Order: sequence, then C-alpha cells, then structure tokens
Amino acid sequence: MVTNAASFGRSGVHDFILIRASAVVLASYAIFLVAFIALSSPLTYEVWSGLFASLPMKIYTLVALVALLIHAWIGIWQVLTDYVKNIALRGVLQFAFVVAALSYLAAGLIIVWGV
Amino acid sequence: MELSEQNVKKQRPVHLDLQTIRFPATAIASILHRISGVIMLFAVGILIWLLNTSLSSPQGFAEVQALFDTLLVKFIVWGILTALGYHILAGLRHIVMDTGRWEELDSGAASAKAAMVLAIVFSVIVGIWVW
Repeated sequence: MVTNAASFGRSGVHDFILIRASAVVLASYAIFLVAFIALSSPLTYEVWSGLFASLPMKIYTLVALVALLIHAWIGIWQVLTDYVKNIALRGVLQFAFVVAALSYLAAGLIIVWGV
Repeated sequence: MELSEQNVKKQRPVHLDLQTIRFPATAIASILHRISGVIMLFAVGILIWLLNTSLSSPQGFAEVQALFDTLLVKFIVWGILTALGYHILAGLRHIVMDTGRWEELDSGAASAKAAMVLAIVFSVIVGIWVW
C-alpha cells in the first residue's frame, strides 16, 4: 500500500473524509460568527466578551481550531504536492504551515481560556 | 525509442496558440478555491490576533474597533470575507459533486460559474457592509 508520511490521514480515503468533516465544522463556525457580528449592531465589548465567556462558545472555538488544523494540513498538502516539486522545500513549507496551524490552536486555547 | 512512443509523438497535435487557449470555468473555480484557502490560512493569524486584542479588555476592544475604521483594515477584512465566501461556496459545490451531481461537462462548468457569480455578489454585499 502506498502511503504518504506528510499527509494527515492514514490514507487518501481518510483524508477525503477528514477534509469534508472539518469543512462542515469550519463553515458552520464561520457563518455563525459572521452572522453574530452582522446581526448584533452595535457590537459592544459586553456582548462580544459575553459570547466567548460561555462554555459552548469556548468549546465551539476550540473544535473549530482543531478542524482548522486538520483542514489546513490536508489542504496545504494538496497544494504543495502539486506545485512544489523540490522535496526539501516542500517539507520545510509543509512543516511551517502545520506549525502555524498548531500555533493558531494553542493561541485560541489560551485566548478563550481567560475570558 | 519504442514504437508506441513514436506513435504517441507523431499523432499528438501541437497546440500552443496562447491567444485561443483558455482555462475552462471548472479549472478557474479550482485554482480560486486553492488560492482562497491559502489566503485564509494567513488570514486566521490576523483574526486570532484581533480576537485576542478585542477580548483582552474594553480598551483592547475599542482599539480593534478603531482599527476597523482605517481603510487598510477595511480592505483586508473585505478581502478575507471575500475569500471565505468563495471558499465556502466552492466547498459546497464539492460536496454536491460528492453525491454524483454536477459531474458532467455542462453542469460542472455551470456550477463553477454559479459559485463564482454568487461569490462576487457576496463580496459586493460584504463590501457595502464593511464600508
């Protein structure tokens, strides 16, 4: 069986499912957040911090950031394997993007923790 | 050279008239999906920084609100929301295609164009909202 060590899932089928499952979470989170900002006008600090102070919103945010890590990992792998033929450069770029996505998750955890 | 290889080379038409070569709508939809995705990977960094500042204190929230009054930040936010809108629309198209629909040449091109048109409409609406 041909596997690729740089992809996220155990196989192409696994990646296929994961990128779609994470997409559903990310789309719902993005639509919810944009709608919340658009519909609560004027948006005040009390309303904004109140939203992120609630436990469901903290969980939703962290689940979305985990989904982002998975989605970005697979997505950037698809893009890099198509356009960056130099293996060393591709490895470095994949590493940088995955570390960035992991950092987003860590940052998000710390940010919503304290609200 | 193998005989089969010679045949392939002989029979292949050479077409490099750059004036008439066009990407089909489906190819443009695909590359835009990738570009918008990569843009948002950078954008999330900006958004998380804004989230941190806006939640840090009422002063931080006011700072972010003041940032949104500047032309550059308005443009960046509009760009991020445009990328997001297109990426979600193209993603929804992908999910429909997973069910076996829109996989023909006509329906594939039509749905690709529809996704791009809807994304432009969304982009204009978001532009009006941001400004």
